[in-house]
Amino acid sequence: MLQSSSALDTGRTANTMKTDKITLENVNFFYGKTQAIRDVSISFPERQVSALIGPSGCGKSTLLRILNRIYALYPGMRATGTVKLDGDNILDPRYPMNELRARVGMVFQKPVPFPMSIYDNVAYGIRHHERLSKTEMDGRVEEALRQAALWDEVKDKLKQSGLGLSGGQQQRLCIARGVALRPEVLLLDEPTSALDPISTAKVEELIAQLKANFTIVIVTHNMQQAGRISDNTAFMYLGELIEHGPTSQIFEAPKNKRTEDYITGRYG
Amino acid sequence: MTTSNSLYRYRQIKSAIALSLATVATVIGLIFLVWILWTTLINGIAALSPRLLTEMTPPPGEDGGLANAFMGSLLIVLMAVVLGTPIGILAGTYLSEYSRGKKIGDLVRFVNDILLSAPSIIIGLFIYELVVRQTGRFSGYAGGIALGFIFLPVVVRTTDEMLRLVPDVMREAALSLGIPRWKVTVHVLYRAASAGILTGVLLAVARISGETAPLLFTALNNQYWSTDMSGPMANIPVVIFQYAMSPYDEWHTLAWAGAFVMTAIVLLLSVGSRIILSRRGK
Repeated sequence: MLQSSSALDTGRTANTMKTDKITLENVNFFYGKTQAIRDVSISFPERQVSALIGPSGCGKSTLLRILNRIYALYPGMRATGTVKLDGDNILDPRYPMNELRARVGMVFQKPVPFPMSIYDNVAYGIRHHERLSKTEMDGRVEEALRQAALWDEVKDKLKQSGLGLSGGQQQRLCIARGVALRPEVLLLDEPTSALDPISTAKVEELIAQLKANFTIVIVTHNMQQAGRISDNTAFMYLGELIEHGPTSQIFEAPKNKRTEDYITGRYG
Repeated sequence: MTTSNSLYRYRQIKSAIALSLATVATVIGLIFLVWILWTTLINGIAALSPRLLTEMTPPPGEDGGLANAFMGSLLIVLMAVVLGTPIGILAGTYLSEYSRGKKIGDLVRFVNDILLSAPSIIIGLFIYELVVRQTGRFSGYAGGIALGFIFLPVVVRTTDEMLRLVPDVMREAALSLGIPRWKVTVHVLYRAASAGILTGVLLAVARISGETAPLLFTALNNQYWSTDMSGPMANIPVVIFQYAMSPYDEWHTLAWAGAFVMTAIVLLLSVGSRIILSRRGK
């Protein structure tokens, strides 16, 4: 699986001095009676990229979906334990859900532009949270599209439907939509698995740039991708957190046998 | 080699028989459809004249038109649409968006399906008892309410289905921007499902514009021009029914004309809704 470790040498050594943005303590998650996450405790440091890896069904996407409580859309799903965002427990029912989601943005595996123009796709979320003049809004939309490395490709067709873009462009539009709200955390759920290699490279470059402003948690199936872009890596298996730490350590000197087996491609 | 050849031949024969049966069944269905449309077309076109829209339904033995019946049908159908569309869309929205995982949702859906397939004459009788008997008179309002009851379940069903066709990840994407549920529904989901919902409304209009039985018990008929919905009102289906059953040639001609125009309108609504739906794909 992992062809060479040279890709990892460029990997940054995680700066342990950074503060933790999100801290999970003894988190469990249930789909009805099925338990999908078992007693997970982990921290995601501020302004770093943390990757969640593991075989299909290991709970990594579920864990991500706890962080903005998007699972609450579905009846029968519940999380226990505490998830602290800047010290406040977001699993507390009193924690304002819409404020949480404005602070913790999310990009999904499949690009889903809203059925509206490119401009409105980006402006829609901002309009709900802030009152801006036309000029200010234009500025914010441009800023978000630039951050998502999409501006040059769409600046002449902002009024056209977002559905008319290519898959890679649609995904960057979704990233623009997410960063337009200026969230503090960005959750990425396999954001490149539906994209071709060129679009993937663009999105990865983007993630490296976005790290300067956002705390990023990314779920990925792609080992090389985790190695390339993340500072920290967490390996999950059957709903449990097996091992986590700086990406270079997880990839080069995993402490757990199962982590090593997964990373070297013995199962997955 | 020979065995596989005979097996192949056997399958070819089976396929040929099945294909022939399916073709015959299709042809039988089409023959009657074409026959009905052809008869309506020939008799209807012959009966078309500008007087249809300018003159009232005549007494026996005189020439006339269907102006009052067209106006009556228009008002009654309009009332059904005005009543049924908002309630239908809201109820469909509840079913699709707010009744997830609740038994009540399945129950309402089931009851709605019963209403959807209820014989229209029963709805006519129900409104007769509920409105006509209580107010003491046949009226356009009663007709509009009766058609509204037939219209409503179609809209509930299509709204529910069209909203459920919108992938969950679209809801998640909008909710993950911190936008409240109702806004997501109105701004994103309705927009994604709008072509489908509009199609449902148009098909429901087509469905009710030919309904006769419920109007016999409610709006009844009126020989004269009337836009007063609190009294009996002329309408195309009941006029067709009455005139077609009569012994007078002039009335037969008018019934054909009415039948032709209604068929054309229903056809246009169906084609129009298909065009809208196919545009959505772009």
